[in-house]
Amino acid sequence: MLSIKNLHASIEGTPILRGINLEVKAGEVHAIMGPNGSGKSTLASVLAGREEYEVTEGEVIFKGKNLLELAPEDRAREGVFLAFQYPVEIPGVSSTNFLRTAVNQVREYRGQEPLDAVKFLTMMKEKMKLVEIDQKLLSRSLNEGFSGGEKKRNEIFQMAMLEPTLSILDETDSGLDIDALRIVSNGVNQLKSDKTATIVVTHYQRLLDYIVPDFVHVLYKGRIVKSGTKELAMELEEKGYDWIKEAVDSEATV
Amino acid sequence: MNTLIKQDLFEELLESAHSGFENSRSEAKTSYLVQGLPAPKAEEYKFTGITKKLEQTFPQLSSAQPFEVSAETVKSAVFEGFSGDILVFTNGKFQPSLSTIIDGLEVSLLSEKPETPIGSIAKPGKDAFCALNQATFEDGIFISVPKKTQIEKPILLLSFNKENAGSVIQPRVWIEVGDFAELTFIDQSINLSESPYFINKVVEIKGAHNSHVHYYRLQHEGKNAFEVSTIETDIQKDSKFASVTISLSGEMIRNNLSLNILGGNSEGNMYGLYLLNGKTHMDNHTNVDHTVPHAESNELYKGILDDQSRGVFNGKIFVRQDAQKTNAFQQNNNILLSEDATVNTKPQLEIWADDVKCSHGCTTGQLDEEALFYLQARGIGKDQARGFLLYAFAGEVLEHIEEESFRTFCTELVQARLGSKL
Repeated sequence: MLSIKNLHASIEGTPILRGINLEVKAGEVHAIMGPNGSGKSTLASVLAGREEYEVTEGEVIFKGKNLLELAPEDRAREGVFLAFQYPVEIPGVSSTNFLRTAVNQVREYRGQEPLDAVKFLTMMKEKMKLVEIDQKLLSRSLNEGFSGGEKKRNEIFQMAMLEPTLSILDETDSGLDIDALRIVSNGVNQLKSDKTATIVVTHYQRLLDYIVPDFVHVLYKGRIVKSGTKELAMELEEKGYDWIKEAVDSEATV
Repeated sequence: MNTLIKQDLFEELLESAHSGFENSRSEAKTSYLVQGLPAPKAEEYKFTGITKKLEQTFPQLSSAQPFEVSAETVKSAVFEGFSGDILVFTNGKFQPSLSTIIDGLEVSLLSEKPETPIGSIAKPGKDAFCALNQATFEDGIFISVPKKTQIEKPILLLSFNKENAGSVIQPRVWIEVGDFAELTFIDQSINLSESPYFINKVVEIKGAHNSHVHYYRLQHEGKNAFEVSTIETDIQKDSKFASVTISLSGEMIRNNLSLNILGGNSEGNMYGLYLLNGKTHMDNHTNVDHTVPHAESNELYKGILDDQSRGVFNGKIFVRQDAQKTNAFQQNNNILLSEDATVNTKPQLEIWADDVKCSHGCTTGQLDEEALFYLQARGIGKDQARGFLLYAFAGEVLEHIEEESFRTFCTELVQARLGSKL
C-alpha cells in the first residue's frame, strides 16, 4: 500500500530525514519509535504534505500513485489520514460544518454521492460512539477550548468519519491519561481492517499495549536504524534509547 | 498650507444660499474656513490624504441634485428577507413619496423643523467635513421616536446615489430617541453610476434615558466613491447604543463614529468589518467618551485586506475623571492577504479616572498556515479551506448583527466575497 524509498527531507535547509525506507501493506500496524528529535513527526508531516518540509530525495508511492506530487487535500482524499500531534483550534469554524464539508469533498473525489444532512448525522452518531465523544463538543467551534484528551478523541473521530486506508497517528498518546488512552486505542482498533493500515508514531511503548503493532521501527537521526516486532518496543521501554544511539553513533565514527 | 486651494474646492457650495438654520450654518461656515480641509500632515487625517485625492479627482464641487427613482427601483434594491419600513433618499435628499409611513414615528424634512439643534452633537469645530456639511447641506431628515415606543421592525435608510460630474452628496440626519424607546436602523446606499462621487454625511443621534438604538451600516460603494461620514451619538443613563459597520468597497472612505456616554449604567458597542481589495482605502476612526461612572463600551473591528488596499483604524477612548467603574474594551484585528496591503492601527486611550477596567489590543498578520494545513489534511480544498478560515474570522463581527434578515444578507455578501460558500 505504501512504499517509502530513500526519503530525504529538510526544513529550512536542515536535513531531518536522511534516507527512510519503509514498506507498509494492507492489514498491518507499524510503530515508529525513537528519541526526541529523531524525525518521527517530520516523517508523519511529510507523508501528509506539510509545506514547510522540502523533500530533497527519494519517493513515496501510495496505492500506485506518487504521493509527493499530490496536494495535502488530495492525499487525504486518496485515503491518507494524519492524526495531528497538536490538533489546531479553529474558532468560528463549526465542527459539524467542517466535517460535512470534508466528508463530502472526500466522497466527491472518490466518485461517491454527497451525504445529505440526515445521512450525515446518522453517520456522525454512529461514529461518535466509537470514540465516546460528546455531541456537545461537536456543536462547538473546531477544537476550541477542548482539553488535550478531547482533541485527540476528536482526531480519531474525524478519522472514523473520513474512512482512510492509511492512518498515521502522530504521538496521539502523548498527554493522555489511561482512560483517554484506552478510548482512543479502542477507536483505532475498531477501525482497523485487512484493507487498511496504520502507522503509529510514538515515543512510549505504553500505547502499543493497546494498539498492538506487527512491526516496530526505531528512527534515529533521520534513519530507521532498527526494525523488529512488538518485543523490540518492550526492550526499548526497559532499556531506553541510549543503547541504540550508542550502537549507531559508534558505527558512524568507525 | 494650501488653504486657499482647499477653500476653492467648495467655494461654490459655500456661496450658494440654503435656507433655514442660518445661525448654525454661519457658525459652521466660519469653523470650516478657520480649519480648512485637513492638510497632508494633519494628525486626524495622517493616513488618509483625502484632501489631495478630492482635489485631484474633483476640480470643482457643487451640490448634488436629487433625482427621481421609480418605486420598482426601490423595491428591487431592498435586500431579500427585509421586513420593515423604508426611508428613501436620492443624492442625500429625503423622498417622502417613496418612503413608507411608520406608525409611532415622526419623520419630516429637517427644514420643517427649524428648531432642531443641529451641530449640538456632531460639533462643526471638531472636523472640517462635518462643518462643511452643516454650512452647506441642502436639506436633511428629522426622525423622532416618542418615548416608550418600541419599533419592532428595522427601519431601512436606503440612499440612492447618482453622480453628475463634480458634485457632493451631503446627507444630514437628525434622530431623536425618547425615553424607553427602542429601534433599529439599517443604513445602506445603492450606487447608480460608475463615475466618481463624494459623499459627506452627518448623522446625529440623541438618545434619551433608557433608549436602545441599533445602527447597522453597509458600505458597498462604487469603486470610485469617496466618502467622509460623521455619525455621532449622545446617550443618557440606562441606555444602549450598538453599531455594526460592514464596509466592502469604495475608493477612499473615512468613517468618524463617535459615542458620548452622558449617563451611567449605559452600554455602547461598536463593531466593524472591512473587506478590502483593489486600491480601496478604508479609515475607521472611532471615539468613545466616558463622562460618567458605571458605563461600559466594547469595540471590535476586524479587517481582511487584499491587493494594494489600505486600512486605517484609530480608536479613541476617553475616560473622564468622574467616570469611575468604567469598563472599556477595544480590539482591532487584521489579516493581510497580500504583500502590498497595509494597515495602520492606533489605539488611543486617555484615562483620567483611577478605578476603571480598560483594555485594547490589535493584531495584524497573515492567514494561519497551520490551520489551513489542518483543514487541507482533512480533504478540504485549499481555496475552500482559506474561505472557511477567513469567514470564521469575519463571522465574529457579523454575529453582532441582531436583526436576522440583515445578518443573513451580510453573511451572504461576505461569504461570496471570501469564497467560503458552505
